[in-house]
Amino acid sequence: MDAPVPSLDVAPSPHVSAGGLTTASMMREVMIGLLPVCGFAVYRFGPGVLLRLLLAMGLCIGFEALFMGMRGRVSAIRDGSAALTGLIFALTLPPTVPLFVIAVGSLVSIGLGKVVFGGLGQNIFNPAMVGRAFVTAAFPASMSAAAFVPDGMSGATPLTLARAGETLPLVDLTTGHCWGSMGEVSAVACLLGGGYLMWRGAMGWQIPLAVLATSVLFGVFRHGVDPTAPWGWTHELMAGGLCFGAFFIATDPVSSPVSHSGRLMYGSGVAILTWFFRSFSGYPEGFMFAVLLMNAATPLINQLHVTRPVGGHV
Amino acid sequence: MSAAAPLRQSIRAEGTGWFPRGIHPPEEKLHSRYRPVMSLPAPAEVRLPLSQHAGAPASLIVKSGEEVAQGQCIAEAVGMVSAPLHAPFDAKVGRPVKITLPNGRRVDAISLTRKPEGADPGPRLWQELCSDAKSFATCLEMPADIILDMIRSAGLVGMGGAAFPTAVKLSPPKDKPIQCLLVNGCECEPYLTADDRLMREAPAAVLAGAVLAAKVLNAGRIDIGVEDNKPEAIKALRSWRPDWPGRMRVRGLPAKYPMGGEKQLIRAVYDKVIPTGGLPMHVGVAVINVSTAAAIAHAVRFRRPLTHRVVSVTGPGVTQPNNLWVPIGTGSDQLIEFCKGLTPSVGRVLSGGPMMGMALSELTVPVTKGSGGIVALRAEETKRPEETACVRCGRCVDACPLHLTPARLGQAVRHRRWDLAARENLMACMECGCCAYQCPAGIPLVQLMRTGKTELRKRVTRAGAA
Repeated sequence: MDAPVPSLDVAPSPHVSAGGLTTASMMREVMIGLLPVCGFAVYRFGPGVLLRLLLAMGLCIGFEALFMGMRGRVSAIRDGSAALTGLIFALTLPPTVPLFVIAVGSLVSIGLGKVVFGGLGQNIFNPAMVGRAFVTAAFPASMSAAAFVPDGMSGATPLTLARAGETLPLVDLTTGHCWGSMGEVSAVACLLGGGYLMWRGAMGWQIPLAVLATSVLFGVFRHGVDPTAPWGWTHELMAGGLCFGAFFIATDPVSSPVSHSGRLMYGSGVAILTWFFRSFSGYPEGFMFAVLLMNAATPLINQLHVTRPVGGHV
Repeated sequence: MSAAAPLRQSIRAEGTGWFPRGIHPPEEKLHSRYRPVMSLPAPAEVRLPLSQHAGAPASLIVKSGEEVAQGQCIAEAVGMVSAPLHAPFDAKVGRPVKITLPNGRRVDAISLTRKPEGADPGPRLWQELCSDAKSFATCLEMPADIILDMIRSAGLVGMGGAAFPTAVKLSPPKDKPIQCLLVNGCECEPYLTADDRLMREAPAAVLAGAVLAAKVLNAGRIDIGVEDNKPEAIKALRSWRPDWPGRMRVRGLPAKYPMGGEKQLIRAVYDKVIPTGGLPMHVGVAVINVSTAAAIAHAVRFRRPLTHRVVSVTGPGVTQPNNLWVPIGTGSDQLIEFCKGLTPSVGRVLSGGPMMGMALSELTVPVTKGSGGIVALRAEETKRPEETACVRCGRCVDACPLHLTPARLGQAVRHRRWDLAARENLMACMECGCCAYQCPAGIPLVQLMRTGKTELRKRVTRAGAA
């Protein structure tokens, strides 16, 4: 054989892999799914939103680079997960939130939410929700129900109104003609983005379905207990952060269970806790707390839901 | 087992042709699927590993320097699960050597040097295998016990990869009657086309071999499963219906990896589930590969032991991909040379397909009874995503045809949590590679599974010894 003997590369099977699918591409896909939400937020609340979203993303990337740099692994920022955390964190804040709140929240999201556990894939809690919980507790004035309504505007968020026994037309809730955090106001935008992610296979249907279906169930239940309440299950579904959370927060794969049945259980748990907080707590909305609590339950859910192999357990 | 016994009641269940999960890798069959089988000119030397089948290695019965004729037995089976070996051409026995098989096992082998004056039997043997239906019809009358003897003495083993001795497979225990014979023509691995070509060029041998095997098993039904990306093969197999009282069907199945896995194929064709750790016989089915079926017919009709097989030499790293009829024991480098060598861009050469095949560290490794392909890939095909942290996206769970949770299994093995790995059914894994194929984080899941399985087996042995 006159051809040069090539140097052969030896590695275990499989020798081929699905083209182009990487952690970074998955993160990119979720950001594309968030475009309708971001677009609507800018349309509804003005260009200040854009500044806040970009600031949160930039700060999260910066903090991740800083902290991972301390461990000599700056390259970790290339996976895009920090930017996504920043984006989701910012979308759960009021549109007029002060910039320093965003800065502190980003620091906590990345620092306490993610890096202390060892970085991507190791965190128990959803980092964006850790950051948000921190700023909710630390800056009550900037995060109170009133903060969601810009100065000079009248009204209140749908869930605050609900506490007062008032209601908003359903069409306003779905299209986003109400007050709320930057990302949550338009259920339609959330459904569009979520639908895109499912169509692309970027996320499983189990968690969103479980969250939405269980919420409907409990909405019906609430109405059954108190028929005079102005809130039906449609309001339960469309008001507040439920749609946004079902598609973009609860679906964070790192902090949610991995098996299909586990994900259904997790989603139902999130919805039940949300309903509980909405009904009884001092806060009008409770999705954030629900997700954090269910994050804590995830290791247990994973243990409970060992998939049954085809042919039965060994 | 008597030939006169009535045929066993067959399974009536029909599968939908589907099994859950699995993946759709690019098929890449076009490199070689339109290349008719060519007989490789007999090489000057073959090296026959004494252990190229599951079970005990064969034991040499010839001495160095002895002359052997084409088809002569040179090593006989030892014990129940074993298979004899035969000379592929008139040759002089050389020295015993040690060779490393692609799976890393270092085994004894015997070198045979071809007698220069001896004819090359390859073309004639291939021609026999491609004989028409009429030629094979005559041998279907043979009594079952004689067929089984011929299969045993011809050294037949499963040619789809596992290389389990065929005679053993065809004599299941009395309490496990086989109702259906399932002939596996799926060839679901990307690139490989050896079975495809064999079905197209020697359909009568495949069909006759299937009937012969069914007679030995006294099975009442034969199903031949072929992925529907091989329409010519399906058509060729449907062109003849051998004279046989049972039910026989050629079934086109949707192409999906790993359709050719026994469990998946049985689910697709019969809608039956093999219990974890069980065998096809536990649901009344025996599965043989189409190449094995053809070899059975060859052995029974022409009294030919298993000395040659079809091998695909394919992939973008080979200059001229081909399907070759080669003497078993021929060095892979000779096949590649016949295909005009490797391209300069070649990165990895595999024995078998890209999903479950093994990378060759040296090209002199001989073709064995169970190896149906040599696939040469370039670096761009074998590129994997750089390994990043698992984000538990669940793509591996959606891909695993056995419905395991590879993400958690991989993590358990990495952290040496053998209790967790066992609890999550690591031992059920068949290493098909679907999870690692899909993993966006580039985690070497199959390698982790293998490590974990080896460790769990060791623990079982240790516990047994204690």
